[in-house]
Amino acid sequence: MAAPAVEARGWGWRHAGRRGFAVKDLDLRVEHGERVLLLGASGAGKSTLLWALAGLLRAPDAGDEEGLLLVDGAPAGGRDSASHSPFAHTGLVFQDPSSAIVMGRVGDEVAFGLENRAVPLTEIWPRVSEVLTTVGLRYDLLHPTDRLSGGEQQRLVIADVLALRPAIWLLDEPTANLDPPGAAMVRATLRHVVGESGATLVLVEHRVSELVDLVTRVVVLESGGGVMADGDPRQVFGNPSTCSALRRAGVWLPEAPPGRLAPRRPAGPPVIEAADVTVRYEGAAHPAVDGIDLIAHSGQVLAVTGPNGSGKTTLSLVLASLMRPTSGEVRWRATEGGAHVPPSKPYARWRPRELVRHVGTVFQDPEHQFVAPTVAGELAVGPRRAGQDARTVDARVGELLERLGLGALAAANPYTLSGGEQRRLSAASALAARPQLLVLDEPTFGQDSRTWSELAALLAEERDAGRAVLTVTHDEDLVRALADEEVVLEDGRRVDEDRRDASAPSAPAAPWEIGPGSTPASRPAQAPSRRPSPTATQMPAP
Amino acid sequence: MMRVETPFAPTSLGRLNPAAKLIAAAVVMIGLLVTADVVTASIVLGIELGLLPATGVSLSRLARRAWPLPVAAAGVAVANLIASDASAATISAISLRLLAIALPGVLVFASTDAVDFADSLVQQLHAPARFAYGALAAYRLLPMLSTDWDTIHRARRARGIDAGRSPVGTVRLFLSGVYALLVAAIRRGTRLAVAMDSRGFDARRPRSAAREQVVRPVDRWLVAGTVIVVAGANVAAVVAGTWHPVIL
Repeated sequence: MAAPAVEARGWGWRHAGRRGFAVKDLDLRVEHGERVLLLGASGAGKSTLLWALAGLLRAPDAGDEEGLLLVDGAPAGGRDSASHSPFAHTGLVFQDPSSAIVMGRVGDEVAFGLENRAVPLTEIWPRVSEVLTTVGLRYDLLHPTDRLSGGEQQRLVIADVLALRPAIWLLDEPTANLDPPGAAMVRATLRHVVGESGATLVLVEHRVSELVDLVTRVVVLESGGGVMADGDPRQVFGNPSTCSALRRAGVWLPEAPPGRLAPRRPAGPPVIEAADVTVRYEGAAHPAVDGIDLIAHSGQVLAVTGPNGSGKTTLSLVLASLMRPTSGEVRWRATEGGAHVPPSKPYARWRPRELVRHVGTVFQDPEHQFVAPTVAGELAVGPRRAGQDARTVDARVGELLERLGLGALAAANPYTLSGGEQRRLSAASALAARPQLLVLDEPTFGQDSRTWSELAALLAEERDAGRAVLTVTHDEDLVRALADEEVVLEDGRRVDEDRRDASAPSAPAAPWEIGPGSTPASRPAQAPSRRPSPTATQMPAP
Repeated sequence: MMRVETPFAPTSLGRLNPAAKLIAAAVVMIGLLVTADVVTASIVLGIELGLLPATGVSLSRLARRAWPLPVAAAGVAVANLIASDASAATISAISLRLLAIALPGVLVFASTDAVDFADSLVQQLHAPARFAYGALAAYRLLPMLSTDWDTIHRARRARGIDAGRSPVGTVRLFLSGVYALLVAAIRRGTRLAVAMDSRGFDARRPRSAAREQVVRPVDRWLVAGTVIVVAGANVAAVVAGTWHPVIL
């Protein structure tokens, strides 16, 4: 009888330089043709297992291995074994397609893997064209890869893997970094390409509903090591204790989306106002942001939404005074209520230390904003630059560490934190100097449900404390839970006003806003009597 | 055989083999480095300029890439005139030689696609694939450095960090920015290396070539012709009595 596609016998892996094992005591057998969804808390070793299966942990100094991990009967860690066997090829699709693309042109990119497998020249280009057609990328072979959208780039990566005809597909959260249309595109491609091929599949995905129809089996890894649950999807998701463990681990189960965290007070006075703001990048045919007017009020969450490339991030940079508009102006309107008197010069020309007292910015990639070597140091930067004395700074840092559950990590380097921890730290450090305006770019992008709930609760709390919160987002759940007003951009222009004009004037902005309506005065009646907590936003399992 | 036409193919120089072009440019460099005289440099530069229309590289493209060259040559001449007691002949020889050596190099890069260049390095000059394609992938990441630099600056402004008024603060801020840029570049590079690894890029295994870089008779003629021109220019200088060895 043939060897199973994947077999782990007491397998464990410790990354070089780490004290604990990323995976421990794993016993797992995956037969050929099985399609497995791998679940578990972040840090349970899902990605490590995928990387090991893809042969990426083969370097002699990569870490320590115990037990056995076999791909098609040959050790996955072996230097020449698994990857040489024609039947045991594995293909890995990464979370972020932009860092997975090697070559500058679409055709060369697919050909790269074939060259590495020494496929003869006469077979390369026909196969390249064939797989590009299969994944639905109808571009010229010379089309630049950096001009593809995120969803198209991920389909190109799928084409790269498909060209190598792997027996085992390894997918590491393939839609987590994409906007909703891109993610839908990639899901359809994966269903078509992997679903119909009969290939073995090992999928890691936080959002279960995304691709659960593609799998035949669910394996839940225990954080301390070993397997917590294993079976067909209905069986695993039908078990209440497994489900609650999964929920604690941050897995998005296929259930009702998080509920609304309505404001407890009516919105306050305006904090910031954009008047006819336009940004035109050098050499671009159209402005990235085109004549935007908006007002952000204190105690209100304003969501800026719209497809990729519609100018959301550029607008948020201008609103945070991190970029000057080509024309138009952003005016600081808040005059009182804050801890500091705003400078009298134009908002776009505030000095950094003046800015940090009034505005906190959370970047899309948390790593972009870290400037200190420790978590505690990172939290102290803002208050210190804002001119607060050492005792006040220490007290604020201690308070934030406790509130975000990062106390044990105070001395850790921010770069070594998990994705969710980095996200919470970046939000907390933007809040540290108690700004009146908080600007966030995709704060919930790719986050597990636990980090998501903590973040949503934090933003609701800051809003209720009277801050103006302005967030760029693709996340419909976040808009539903928090947004009091939604600004929709398309090609740099605001299009939500047109939509509102088209609908009945007095109708609430969206059906989920039961109660609040459009006037701030009606909101308090619907507000929850206790502080919104992460668990309160989740519904029981089906 | 299937051949993908690259964006540089339409220029006549673009159709030549990149390795042949590189060798020809090297021949010019070596042939002019052995002597510092007006005659050799003038002959080679004259022929280069005469052949310029035949390369197919447009003057505007050349001007965009090569404008620092005449500036540098003039700078060298002026500096020597002011600071040294060298004769006018020696000074013009140095400037002309600089132009004659650099112009072919500029032409090679203005007429060669980076992917073709890496392919040809591996296929004709037998450079290690790990080096050639690693460098190619890194080259593709270069424009991202400027995006990263902007992001680093915005992040600092957002966090309240500025240089203050002292020049020491400005230098320190700049250096820490460079450090952050380096960290970002290394992280990007590491991710790319993993991606290449996951697609089976491995120095120990044989590879095939998707884009065959052929050596045609015209490529051989380019190298042979360059050798003849450079050697002839040296001989002419010897005959004219201006030949002046600088190496050996």
